[in-house]
Amino acid sequence: MKQNFLKWSGVWIASVLAVSAVSAQETNEVEQLRKELREMRERMQSLEQKLGNIEQKPAAVAVPQPTANPEPASAPASDWKPSDLVRATKGGAYVDVGMVATFAAGSSTAKDIEGGTQLGGHDPNQRGFTVQGAELNLQGAVDNYFRGNANILFSIDAEGESFVELEEAWLETVSLPGNFQIRAGQILSDFGRLNTQHPHSWGFVDQSLVNARFLGADGLRNPGARISWLAPTPFYSELSLGIQDSHGETASSFRSAGHSHGGEEPEGLPFGYRHPDNDRGVRHVTDLLFTPRYAMSFDLTDSQTLLIGASGAFGPNANGSTGDTMTQIYGMDLYWKWKPSDGQGGFPFVSFQTEAIVRRYELGSFDWDEDGNLGDGDGNTFVDEGVVTDSTGLTPAVLNPETVTDYGLYSQLLYGFHKGWVAGLRFDYVTGEAAAYERAGLLLADNAGGGTLLGRDPLRDQRWRIAPNLTWYPTEFSKVRLQYNYDDRRGFGTDHSVWLQFEFLLGAHAAHKF
Amino acid sequence: MKMKISILFGALLLAATAHAKLNVVATTPDIAAIAKEIGGDKIDLTTMARPTEDPHFVDAKPSFILKLNKADVLIHGGAELEVGWLPKLVEQARNAKIIGAAKGEVRCCEGVQMREVPEKLDRSAGDIHAAGNPHFLVDPANAKIVAHHIADAFAGIDAANREFYEANAKRFMAALDAKLVEWQAKLAPFKGEHLVAYHNSWLYFAERFGLKIEIFLEPKPGIPPSPAHLATVMAKMKEQNARVVIVDPYLNRKTAETVARGTGAKVVDVTQFPGGVKGTEAGYIALMDYLVNSLAGALGEMK
Repeated sequence: MKQNFLKWSGVWIASVLAVSAVSAQETNEVEQLRKELREMRERMQSLEQKLGNIEQKPAAVAVPQPTANPEPASAPASDWKPSDLVRATKGGAYVDVGMVATFAAGSSTAKDIEGGTQLGGHDPNQRGFTVQGAELNLQGAVDNYFRGNANILFSIDAEGESFVELEEAWLETVSLPGNFQIRAGQILSDFGRLNTQHPHSWGFVDQSLVNARFLGADGLRNPGARISWLAPTPFYSELSLGIQDSHGETASSFRSAGHSHGGEEPEGLPFGYRHPDNDRGVRHVTDLLFTPRYAMSFDLTDSQTLLIGASGAFGPNANGSTGDTMTQIYGMDLYWKWKPSDGQGGFPFVSFQTEAIVRRYELGSFDWDEDGNLGDGDGNTFVDEGVVTDSTGLTPAVLNPETVTDYGLYSQLLYGFHKGWVAGLRFDYVTGEAAAYERAGLLLADNAGGGTLLGRDPLRDQRWRIAPNLTWYPTEFSKVRLQYNYDDRRGFGTDHSVWLQFEFLLGAHAAHKF
Repeated sequence: MKMKISILFGALLLAATAHAKLNVVATTPDIAAIAKEIGGDKIDLTTMARPTEDPHFVDAKPSFILKLNKADVLIHGGAELEVGWLPKLVEQARNAKIIGAAKGEVRCCEGVQMREVPEKLDRSAGDIHAAGNPHFLVDPANAKIVAHHIADAFAGIDAANREFYEANAKRFMAALDAKLVEWQAKLAPFKGEHLVAYHNSWLYFAERFGLKIEIFLEPKPGIPPSPAHLATVMAKMKEQNARVVIVDPYLNRKTAETVARGTGAKVVDVTQFPGGVKGTEAGYIALMDYLVNSLAGALGEMK
């Protein structure tokens, strides 16, 4: 190691000499180089001295002779064998490689625990063990102008099927004039706090209900770009606007075709009792998804920091047959953290985080008979099973356009009471205002002239949840978390779930945002 | 009229010089103290980590983004001490002056003979840094290297004040040289003696002053002490006749006290950062004075 360093220093000095010969007339530069050379010599001398002291064998220290034609030194002999572990580290390559793998084990009283109860795409979703995900993160400087980042998630769903998700892959400008920054590629929409965080930095085992219901099981993310501007205010404030595609599985609440995995569809009924089958395509720029955000932060005291933000998400949805329905989502978020100035390893601390979200969703008109569901195929005059009918049970329902409003929030408190130990408590609440289609006494046909009365839409009905948990971080690279969920869904009753989550991190660990 | 113009001109000039102060952000208070020695009143200095705070775990507060955005110079250790919080802040700061080997990015560790550079990166060995032990500024010889870097950076960016910075650096280095003789003399009687530290952040100090700080309350860097490990530590302390336990403000003093009680040793509060312990606020030299005096005092008392 040291020998190599000396060798390199020799090569460096030789190059300095060569350069200084070429530009002899530029006296300033020569002087500068001389100065550097002098410093280098001094440094080498002190190094030699140190080496001698350390190794107690001054004779063994070879003083390198600068060579006239510096050749690139051969790569340091590697003693790596194929059977060895490949170690990825910060600074060792052009890209930092890291992997976070998260698992959960537990059980629940919920009958629909497999794919129903838990709304988040990476939540524990079955009794026994769940692979929440193994996420590969690659990042580094692309060149002088951009930095790049990619998060690729590997997982296994409740059916045992492996799948891969491109969570994020973007490049970002390093320094645009005017304090602007542009990020483009596959990006998480900058909405609130939880949506831009990857699951391993959440304080809880599962996704919050508001985020899952309004922004989607996998979070709101899509191909697009985001431009942000650091405002010239005396405190931190940042304004940003995201423009993304509005369709696809991860654009829930917008032109998402159907529902992504993990949705709450115990009876398989679509949102608003209408099929989301009316994709209008992108014809105008207004058919894209827009997500503006403004965030600001204040240091209340030396040990308390507050971050508040307001977000919006606006874009078309594909619900109903009229083809011009829109969704508007508004969110407010607040994060407060207290950390005294003499804590050990970042402990103790107390943090409070809350996000409140309101969604206005335009449902288009929809005729359940538009595909000729009535009495087709089976020689039976009754309405087919699974079709929504009016209150008589004899005619497929014709639903009128209307705008429905949903809202909810979560609040969470984390208390890091001892180095490596965090106690948490989260409260979740989501609900929707009863809409005309829910009050119309619609029935779900049973193919025998009758049907089940459909009341509140399970995808919009009231639900609340309380989740206390305890997390132990043996180091920053591993964690074990125990969480209990008390879950109350109107129309379904109360369920209890207990999850034990465990996680490990290999390789580079990217620094976290506040 | 002429008068007015000259007053206006003078005011403008004043405003310009007031604005001409270099915006300097230093990650830790030790680096900041050296920057202050060199920059004096020609810089506006922001220190990110607080003196009593664990420098491995500083919150990446958004207010820092603003400071970094306006910075002409960012001075950091460069040896991964700040790796858990600094990179994201710099990314969000969108300031070309302090990124990627720009003139305004000062990596203090350059030219420092880094110690304990791991041959193999293995996290089962605890929280080790690929670049070596990052607590190099507790050796005054390294403070000279850092002072040199900082003066170079300041002079390179603010050429008008080059002489001021260079003179300050020279003065600071001369003061360190003079003090180093004094410090070494004070600790000379204790050459080869063992001290116990909570965390392995005193290697460079020990080597400079001929002390041995090789027994740690942490079994591995960053791993909390277990009772079994503390029992081994106490046995080792008796074997090596180590009678002084040093502990930084952000580490668990109670553990140090327990060990000291069990071995008849004395706990000494130390800090790597000016302001971390009372009496060290004045700067880097005051900090070293405190360290040398309190350790010499404790070692003398326990002899």
